Amino acid sequence: MDFQIALLLGQDGLTNGAIYALLALALVLVFAVTRVIFIPQGEFVAYGALTLATLQAGQLPATLWLILALGAAVAALDGAQALRHGAARKLPRILALNLAVPLALWFLLASTDLAGLPLVAQVLLALAVVVPLGPMIYRLAYQPIAEAPVLILLIVSVAVHVVLIGLGLLFFGAEGTRTPAFSEGTLELGATTLQYQTLWILAISAILIVALYAFFGRSIYGKALRATALNRTGARLMGISTTMAGKLSFTLAALIGAFSGILISPITTLYYDSGFLIGLKGFVGAIIGGLASYPVAAAGALLVGFLESYSSFYASAFKEVIVFTLIIPVLLWRSLTTHHSEEDE
Amino acid sequence: MSMRPVLLEAKDLSVSYGKVEALHKVGLTIREGEIVTVIGPNGAGKTTLLSCLMGLLPGRGEVSYVGRPLGNDFEVEERVGLGLTLVPEKRELFADMSVADNLLLGAFDRYRRGDRAYRETLAEVYGIFPRLRERAEQTAGTLSGGERQMLAMGRALMAKPKLLMLDEPSLGLAPLIIREIFRTVARLREMGVSVLLVEQNARAALQVADYGYVLETGEVSLEGPSAELANDPRVIEAYLGLGGKH
Repeated sequence: MDFQIALLLGQDGLTNGAIYALLALALVLVFAVTRVIFIPQGEFVAYGALTLATLQAGQLPATLWLILALGAAVAALDGAQALRHGAARKLPRILALNLAVPLALWFLLASTDLAGLPLVAQVLLALAVVVPLGPMIYRLAYQPIAEAPVLILLIVSVAVHVVLIGLGLLFFGAEGTRTPAFSEGTLELGATTLQYQTLWILAISAILIVALYAFFGRSIYGKALRATALNRTGARLMGISTTMAGKLSFTLAALIGAFSGILISPITTLYYDSGFLIGLKGFVGAIIGGLASYPVAAAGALLVGFLESYSSFYASAFKEVIVFTLIIPVLLWRSLTTHHSEEDE
Repeated sequence: MSMRPVLLEAKDLSVSYGKVEALHKVGLTIREGEIVTVIGPNGAGKTTLLSCLMGLLPGRGEVSYVGRPLGNDFEVEERVGLGLTLVPEKRELFADMSVADNLLLGAFDRYRRGDRAYRETLAEVYGIFPRLRERAEQTAGTLSGGERQMLAMGRALMAKPKLLMLDEPSLGLAPLIIREIFRTVARLREMGVSVLLVEQNARAALQVADYGYVLETGEVSLEGPSAELANDPRVIEAYLGLGGKH
C-alpha cells in the first residue's frame, strides 16, 4: 500500500465512520432513555434514502401510506385511552397530530411537482415523511411494554426490524438507488482528491454531533432526556413523562437515521435492506461505548469505519468478519473491567 | 386552624401489593398552609401512603384534591402539574448532573407549560438553601447527605407545589442538619406551601407540624393536633420515650 492508497482508504474510513458515529449516538440515546436496543435504526437509513429517491422520481413514496396507517392506529389507541379516562379534552390534539398532519403532508406531496423541487426541499419532505415513523413505532411497539425487561424489548426490536425490512421490499422493490450529490465535483487537496459529497458528509455529521451535544448540554428538553436516562423515578417526579422522553428519543433516532441515509446515498447504492448492516456497524461503535458513553461510542464508530476500509484493502473477503469480530475483544474487555450490576434501574 | 379550606382529603384509602394489604382504609385531611405529619414505626405503610398519593402506586378508596376527585388515572406527571410533589426517601437525584441542572429540571413541568417565572423561584430556593448556590456547578453525586436532602427539597420547590410531600427527610442525617431541615419545613408554611411530612423522628415531626397521624400496620391508630399527640401517653410510650427516636 502506498501513501496515496492509504490516504484514499483513510478518507473512505472517515466518511463511513462519521455515519456510523451518528448512528452509534442515536443507539446510545435510545438505549439510555428507553432501554431499547434499537435494531431497526438502520432501516431509517434505507427508508430516508429511498424515500428521497422516490420523491426525486416525482412519485409519492409508499412510506407516506405507512405514516398514514400508523398515524391512524396511534390516533385510535390514544383516542380510546383518553375517552376511557374521561379525558376528551385531549382528543383534538391526538387527532391533529396523528391524522391531520400526515393527511396534510399527503395533500402537500400530491399537489407538488416533486421532481422539480430544489434538493433542499426534497430532503426536507423526505425527512417529514420518514421521521414521524420513529415516535409512531415507539407508541405502537414499545410504549405498551415500556417497563419490560431489556431482553423483551430487544425481541420486539428484532420483530420491528423484520417488519420494516419486509415493508421496505414491498415499498421500494429490490432495486437499489442512488441520489444525486448535494454538489457535484471534487476538491484537489495535496496528494488526494475529495468528492464534495464527502465533505458534505463530514461537515453535516460534525454539525449534527455538535448540535446533539448542545441539545443535551443546554436545552431543558435535552437535560430532561438525560435525567430520564439517569433516574426514571426521579424524572417522573419532576413531571418528565417517560412516554414523552421515549417519543422524543425515537424522533431524534429516526431523524439521525434518515438523514444519514440521505447523506450517503450519493456515494453508495442503497437497497431496501442495506440499512441493517450499516446500523449494525453503528451498533458495534455503541457497544464500544458500553451503550452509555456518547464520546466513546462516536470514537468507536470511527474506529469501525477505518477498520472496515483498511481491511477491505488487505482482506476484502473478510471485511465484515473483521469488523464484527471487533466486538468480541471489546465485550471481553468490558466484562472484565466493569463490575456487572443486575438488570433493571 | 380548621377554618382553612381542605387541600387534599383521602377516605378509606387502601393499597395492596399483590395479596398483601399495606394500607387499610386510611383517612387523612390536609388543609391549605398546614403541616401534617404521619409518624409510625418502620413498615407501617408511610412510604406506601405517599407513593399512592403521588400516583406511583394505585389505591382503592377516595382521594380528592382541591375539591376534585384524584383517581388512579391521574399519572405522576399530571399530578406534578396539579401542584403535588414528592421528595422520596431515596431522594432520586440526577447524580451525574450539576446541582443547577437538578434544580432546573424541578421546574420542567412549568417550563413545558410556558411558565418562565422559574428563574425567580430559583433565586428563592438559593435564598432558602445558600449551600446549593455555592455548590451549583458540582454534580449532585458529590454532595454530602445533608446537601442532597437540601437539593431534593429545593428541586421539589422549583415546581412551586401546593403540597410538598416529604418522606423521611431526616433519615441518615447529622442532628445539626436535621434541625436545619426542620427549620426549613417550618418556613415553607409561611410561603403558603402545605406539607405532608412522613417521619420516624416523631419528636421533631410533632414539634413542627400542626396535625399528626400515627400509622401502625397500615392503619391510622391515633390522630389529633400535634400538641395533643405529643402529650398522649400512648405516643409518648411508643415514640417519644427515652431514646424514643426509633
